[in-house]
Parts: sequence; structure tokens; C-alpha cells
Amino acid sequence: MKDLERAANPFGDDKILANCGIFGMMNCDGRRSGGQDIIKAMANMHDRGNGLGGGYAAYGIYPEHAEDYCLHIMFESEDARRHAEEFLHHWFQVALTEPIPTRRVAGVLQVPLLWRYFVRVPSLEAGGRPGADAGPSAGGAQPHEAPGAAGTGSEGAGGVSRPDADDYVVARVMEINTTVDGAFVFSSGRNMGVFKGVGHAEDIGEFYRLDEYDAYLWTGHSRFPTNTQAWWGGAHPFSILDWTVVHNGELSSYGANRAFLEMYGYYCSMHTDTEVLAYAVDLLMRRHQLPVQAMAAVLAAPLWQDIDRMPPQERQNHTLLRQVYGGLLMNGPFAIVVAHGGEMVGLRDRIGLRPLVAAVRGSTLYLASEEAPIRLVAPELDAVWQARGGVPVVGSLERGILEGSQPVPTSGLDRGQVARAVGMH
Amino acid sequence: MSVSAFAGSAVPGPARITVGTLHYRELNRRLKAMVDAGVEQIELRGVFGQRYIGTNLRAPVRLTVYGTPGNDLGAFMDGPSIEVFGNAQDGLGNTMNSGRIVVHGDAGDLLGMSMRGGEIYVRGNVGYRCAIHMKEYEDMRPTVVVGGTAADFFGEYMAGGRVVLLGLHLPPGAAHPGSFMGTGMHGGVIYVRGRVDRARLGTGVAVREMTDEDWPFVRQCVHEYVRLFGCGTAGAPGADAGRRGTAAGEAGSPAPSGKKILSAEEILNSPFVVLCPQALRPFAALYAART
Repeated sequence: MKDLERAANPFGDDKILANCGIFGMMNCDGRRSGGQDIIKAMANMHDRGNGLGGGYAAYGIYPEHAEDYCLHIMFESEDARRHAEEFLHHWFQVALTEPIPTRRVAGVLQVPLLWRYFVRVPSLEAGGRPGADAGPSAGGAQPHEAPGAAGTGSEGAGGVSRPDADDYVVARVMEINTTVDGAFVFSSGRNMGVFKGVGHAEDIGEFYRLDEYDAYLWTGHSRFPTNTQAWWGGAHPFSILDWTVVHNGELSSYGANRAFLEMYGYYCSMHTDTEVLAYAVDLLMRRHQLPVQAMAAVLAAPLWQDIDRMPPQERQNHTLLRQVYGGLLMNGPFAIVVAHGGEMVGLRDRIGLRPLVAAVRGSTLYLASEEAPIRLVAPELDAVWQARGGVPVVGSLERGILEGSQPVPTSGLDRGQVARAVGMH
Repeated sequence: MSVSAFAGSAVPGPARITVGTLHYRELNRRLKAMVDAGVEQIELRGVFGQRYIGTNLRAPVRLTVYGTPGNDLGAFMDGPSIEVFGNAQDGLGNTMNSGRIVVHGDAGDLLGMSMRGGEIYVRGNVGYRCAIHMKEYEDMRPTVVVGGTAADFFGEYMAGGRVVLLGLHLPPGAAHPGSFMGTGMHGGVIYVRGRVDRARLGTGVAVREMTDEDWPFVRQCVHEYVRLFGCGTAGAPGADAGRRGTAAGEAGSPAPSGKKILSAEEILNSPFVVLCPQALRPFAALYAART
């Protein structure tokens, strides 16, 4: 079919040189700000995407429901919504149900039904189910085993410990996404939310009225789909609980990663390679309690020839991580921004095949595919540098800003500025 | 966008464009029209990521860029001279043919990729895979001079041209941190000031001492570097001026107070090594038996 838009291109530059654009900004002092800055930054990287996906994650936006899990769900039909809501009411105490506020935007079409549910995990009974009287009404399928097993909560009768509640939510999200036709949970954390869809990132931001939310941590993504289809669920960020990932690149190890994650109760349903990254960081950092540096060493492991040259203890640690988590090595070019409550992490693949720029102004950490969008929202910077392959750049409410395990001095944080050791930079 | 060309004034100054978030295609179309109309100097203010600046201007126009020019600055460039007060992004000088680019800051990945001619001077550091597959032909011989250091794969698959890496911001005694420098190079030459960790080099590259034939070119590059940027910043713990404080207004300023400023002779009066190809066809036998 003839593409009239291309035929009419007055610039004659039909060849599209693009790739995804990622952005992250975190106020490490916890100060919250609206979504207009990140929308502006994403608009500046317009040409990195092609209008087939845009999305955001925002942290600290639901303080009035801070203890509830907020499920953002997209539905392909009212039937799907009815089935999913039956499921939710069976498995959760639903505190609030409402449509996700949106506004009409020219570039955002074929919008699914978008609802959000603030839910609480009921006290667990034997077998990890509330009230053993009936199975899930939707789909009729048996629920997957809850990751980490449906053990009794450490708080004893009547209470649900945080890890158990988290596992319970993960299991229910997997269940909805794999058994309830036409329903996809795309956000499931507490006091945060993912907003995404098909369109240019800046249009998606306007569509979801992100200027009306205040967050201390924003991440954003403009998509240029390469190997997988463009659909609302396939836009970034990908998430589970409050763990989100925006990604530029591609994961040729997707099949191996997916098989590894299935052993731990994670089921891929979004038809996009990045989905495995969200589950991988949830497994590594939440369930297995690995520090950021170890997570980075798993996803972007040093080359064996570099491991061989490390001091004995370090060599042993890296060897162990590769032996245990070899299935989570992310092979292929990538730059990602990972976030969860209180922390943002930028990471490039080990040989720097996708760009990632880091910058600091006051107590704010910026991460982006390019420097220009950072300058647009923060013209004066205390520091700006290219992230090194495999070395995480971390913003944390608790620990300030770090590169690898080295603190980065920040003028806006009063928590003991430590002189950086000078390596590469 | 506003344009003021000062037409008719007694001493014509540069034409000026305040760029902001103008789309790159409009900006480059405007630049082309100005150059076609005979404008010889253009100042771009407030640049935010516009791509391909200088690409289609086949004239010796002088562009001064304030802000952060976008990817592929000077890609395929043939003739212009660009000076950037700020940091450059990825792909600077991609397949550049002739002309000159000077960056008073850092530059990103793939600088000088497949470069065929002309000169690039960067005050600070550069990213991954810079000078990859540079080439030369007869009197076309590209030059890249980097004041700081480079990430991995610097000069990979080089087929020609000359590259100088000055290591001015490294801590004393530290080796350049980038791995796989010169991997698979089969032409051209890389001059490195400071220590090269041979275990981090890839295959196909040889390391040799400087000879009398090497010094005139290196000396000329260092003097030009010092002329352009005013100084060389001595490496000391905490000294990373090329990377930190690269806000556009500060990028071209002298070394941070307390840091030793090196003269060209002091820079030259320290150890250099030369990286060059082990063979003209390092991978000749990789996929097929030698005949």
C-alpha cells in the first residue's frame, strides 16, 4: 500500500534513524513536582520514537492511598472489565474504583478502557486465598502458585506481612494477565503508577493529564518498536508491584530470560522483550534482596576476561552471581532506567551499545538517552557524564546519588558529601 | 526562532539564530538558505539536541554553537568549521569529509565514526567506539584529538587517519580505562599520552615507542589543543573538568582553581606510546584459510 505521508515528505529523508528514548528524573530529597517537565523532555526526544508507544512511571502520586496497591488495568471490552472486577472483588478488598482520568489528544487513538483500583490484601487463610468458598470467577483457571510460596504471614493471624502481600499481588497480576481475556494489569504498586499507551510520548503524557500529578521520581519512554508489535500493553514502562523499567535496546536473550523467570512464577504476557527486565529486578532486588550493584552485575555481567583479572573475593562474587543467575544475563544492547519506591537506577549494557547520560543538579538526578532533554528542563547542571557500561547510576532517598558504589557529590543534599574517587571520568 | 543577519552594518557580525526547540529539519533548512545566500558566519544560541547540524552545508561557513547540539553533528560534513560551547552528543563527525569541529566540553559515542577527512578537537572525554573505522585516501587524512580519555573500542577497526588521546584528566599513574582500544585496526595510528594497559587491548593492535617521524604531528596537535582550549588541565584526584561543570557557560573556562595548568611543552614532555596495526589484514584467515 502506498504510504502517502512518506510520498509527501518535503524533506526527502524517508530513512528513519531512530531508536527508543528514555528519561528519568528523581528528586532525592523527596520533593515532588508535576509531570510537565518530563513531558517537555520526552517531546525533545520526539525523533527517537515513532509514535508507536509512549509511557511514564510516577512515584509518590497517591499519598492519600499510600498503603493500598493501585492496579491500573486496561480492558479491551466491558466484558473484560466485568470479569476482571469480579476477580478483584473475590481476591481483594477494593477500597476505590475509578476511571483513570484522561483528556482527548489528537495523536492518541484506539484507546482501551482504562481503570484504576486501590486494593488491599485480605488476611490470608490456608492455601493463600481469602475465604476458601469459591474459586476465581473469571476464566475458571486455577491460580498460579504465588511466587515465594503462599506461606503464612510473619505478622501472625489476622495480618499480612509486606513480603507475603507483595507475593500475593504478583500472583494475582500474573493470573489476570494470563487468564482474564482482554484485561491487562499494567501497574500494581503502592503510591505510584504507570501510564502508557500507543502514541508519541508527549501526547501520552498529555492524554493521562500527568501535569496534574506530583511525583518525586518520574521515568519516561518513547518507543520505536523493532521486533515486536505496537499495542497499548507493549508500551513502556513495564512493571510489577512498584518495580518499573524503561528500556532502549533489545534483548536477544529474551527466551532464556523468560524460561528462567517462569521457574519463579513470572509469566510474560505483554509480547515485548522488556517485560523480562521488570520481573528480573523484582526477583533479584525484592525477593532475593540483592543490592543494586549485584543486580547490575547479573543483568550486565562483566566479561569473563575482566572477572578473571579481579581480586579473589570480587572474582568469587561475580562468578557466583553468573552461576546462579546466568539465566538473567541480558544479552544484547540496552540502556535502562529501573525504578521502585525511593530509588532510581540507570544501567547500560556492559559494552555501551546504547546511550545513557547522567546529570546532577542540586539533589536531583537525571538520566536520559541524550543530554539535550536534560538541559531543557535543567539548563544549569552541577555535573553531567556518560554512564559507563555495567556501572549503575543510582538515585536514592536514603543514600543520595551514587555511581557504582561511589557517592556522587550533590550540592542540594546535606548528607555528607564524599569526594568521588576518580576513575574513568 | 529569531534571525538577525545585521545586513548593511559597517562591520558585519555573525548571523544569529536563537534555536530553542525548533525541529532540526527547519533549522537545517534555514542554515542552508543562509549559506546559499552567502552568509559566512552563523551563531546558534540555545541549541537543544537538533541533529545533523552542518551536514548539508558545502561551504567554508563558520558555525558557533551554544548549548547541546544533537546527534550526528557534522555528519557527512564537507567544508564548514563548527565550534561548540557545551557538550556534543553521539555520532559527532560521522563520515565527515572535510572541515573542522571543536568541542569545548565532552562528546558522546561514535565520534569520528568512518571519518574520511578533516579535524575534530575535543577538550574533555569521549564515549564508546570513537574513531571506529576511520579511513584515509591519498591526501585525505582525518585527525581526532581528545584531551581526556575514551570509553571502550576507541579506534576499533581503524583503516586510516590519526588520533591523539591526551589523558589530561587521568589521575597520576592511572592507565586509560577504556578496553579494546584499536581492536582489529588495519590502518592509521593512535597516539596515547599516559599509560596503556596492554591486557585491555584487543587483537590486531601493536604498541610501539614514538619515533622522530611521529613527534612533529603530535607536537602540532598538542600546540593546537592548547591554543584552542587555553590550557591543559593536569590530572589530579578530583580533577575531571572535562566532565564535571560542563554547563555551557563553564565549558570553555580555564582549569578549576587549584588545578595545575600544563603548557604544551609540559604535555609533550611526558610518555606517549603509539598504537598501530599488527598487520594490514589482521583477520585475513578468520573465515577462510590463507591461500
